Amino acid sequence: MAITLKEVGHIAKLARIELTPEELSCYTSQLDKILEYINKLRELDVKGVEPTTGVLPLKNVLREDQIKPSLSIETVVKMAPDKKNNQFKVPKIIECEMLFEKNE
Amino acid sequence: MSTDKRMPINIENLKIHRLLELYRTKELNPKEVIDCLFSHIEKIEPKIKAFVHFNREKITKELENIPQKEGKLKGIPVTIKDNICVKDEPTTCASKILGGFSPPYDATVVERLKREGAILFGKANMDEFAFGSSCETSFYGPTHNPWNTSCVPGGSSGGSAAAVASDETVASLGSDTGGSIRQPASFCGIVGLKPTYGRVSRYGLVAFASSLDQIGPLTKDVKDCALLMNVIAGYDEKDSTSVNIPVPDYTKALVKDIRGMKIGVPREYFLEGIDKEVKKAIEEAITLIKDLKAEVKEVSLPHTEYAVATYYIIATAEASSNLARFDGVQYGYRTKDISSVNDIIQFYSRTRKEGFGAEAKRRIMLGTYVLSHGYYDAYYLRALKVRTLIRKDFEEAFKECDIILTPTSPTPPFRMGEKTENPLAMYLSDIYTISVNLAGVPAISLPCGFTNDQLPIGMQLIGKPFDEETIFRLAYTYEQNTDWHYKKPKL
Repeated sequence: MAITLKEVGHIAKLARIELTPEELSCYTSQLDKILEYINKLRELDVKGVEPTTGVLPLKNVLREDQIKPSLSIETVVKMAPDKKNNQFKVPKIIECEMLFEKNE
Repeated sequence: MSTDKRMPINIENLKIHRLLELYRTKELNPKEVIDCLFSHIEKIEPKIKAFVHFNREKITKELENIPQKEGKLKGIPVTIKDNICVKDEPTTCASKILGGFSPPYDATVVERLKREGAILFGKANMDEFAFGSSCETSFYGPTHNPWNTSCVPGGSSGGSAAAVASDETVASLGSDTGGSIRQPASFCGIVGLKPTYGRVSRYGLVAFASSLDQIGPLTKDVKDCALLMNVIAGYDEKDSTSVNIPVPDYTKALVKDIRGMKIGVPREYFLEGIDKEVKKAIEEAITLIKDLKAEVKEVSLPHTEYAVATYYIIATAEASSNLARFDGVQYGYRTKDISSVNDIIQFYSRTRKEGFGAEAKRRIMLGTYVLSHGYYDAYYLRALKVRTLIRKDFEEAFKECDIILTPTSPTPPFRMGEKTENPLAMYLSDIYTISVNLAGVPAISLPCGFTNDQLPIGMQLIGKPFDEETIFRLAYTYEQNTDWHYKKPKL
């Protein structure tokens, strides 16, 4: 097997997806088969070939820095799973004291 | 005109061009059509399940505003795939993680439809985040193929295609990253166009793979497809990948004449894996096209066998990056199990574990893997280089021909559940459509036959960049010389 349980566990961590042991094992075997298939690209000699990231010759688009009407704060936070005083509310994850201690 | 002189509505004949004509002569009005569709949907929808959000009251209200509007699609119902933003209407990408999300803005294509008087007619079911080829990975459950409800309608725009094929709507918009408009159009026996990358604005389309995604129409015939393209195509300053070149009137390309047109048939598309009935239907289509005095010749796209592998590296890499925004903070679903969450990473990971379905997780992880340290060059960079070779294949082929003709899918619609346990088999079902997205060229799928079991078969016509007109001309000529688009599923 080209990809291990440990590697898939690590990838899941990087991808911020919690997996059950059953999922981990299932994805390991499926990703292994998919990777085995996509490894066929190794047959090709791509020396000297330029990569194509997109099909259009893109250049940066600039506009005047002018104030235009935009969405109101109320509209933007309306969809939040949790909010307070027109701000996104998230669970407390850092103890304030700790943060201050570190900064000092 | 008194109502008794009004013609009875034939639901099967509700095409955009036909409706515009009937509205003009006042033989029908939009309210009559919408009411008729409402009662048709009540009968059909339990069998098909093409819609994920359908607000009858809102549509009725929208109808009241129609008389003041003038426009190219005045009073025409158009259904929108659920990954395209419609202001204040649910846009969930058929995923739990976007549950409850109603965007505060319209996608540019939606804005253009509204401006031209179209009636937004519900949100169509899809594979979750457009990840799939069968419309089975939706959080809301699968859509069924109108031609045989135990078969898949194709994906990921399966809901958009099934709604048109079953006459639950007049036309729809879908999105195509690796074949997600053309393959369901083929499976449902309708017309579906993936425009050239950059031709239609992607602003307001929930991104899957940004360098491949394109919005396009799914319609009952080629003329309707051209009419919808006339409205949605064109430059948009809100999309930095939108191309600022003039948009032709596509209906002018609907000329019934293909004499002298050079059509290339790539030999690599007829090797192993192609279904016998699909092959036969395409061969018959080629014979007809020859009879219509076009020149048909064999061409080669030598890197075709590497397209699926290339696609799944690039598409999942881009998807893993695009889907990083779904973290339960600003919108959509958030884990309810906050009390057992110890840190921010666990908060995101739990939200994403509960919010994403199996295929979305699989693709995010594959994308994360191919972009990760130590594998970037071996997978992602190599895939980008192979993409260059695939593009060059098309450039070379188009030196010899105006259009490339292929089957849309190697098989007719398959049965539900047949490929859900084998992701690789599912991925391989897009083998004929994927190269088109990697090269950024336009392609249409239109009906070209039926199997003995009365399942539709689709033909794909691939054009040069920004040459949708030649595609329309060949598609229209073929359609006008065949009867496939008149056939209807028995529901």
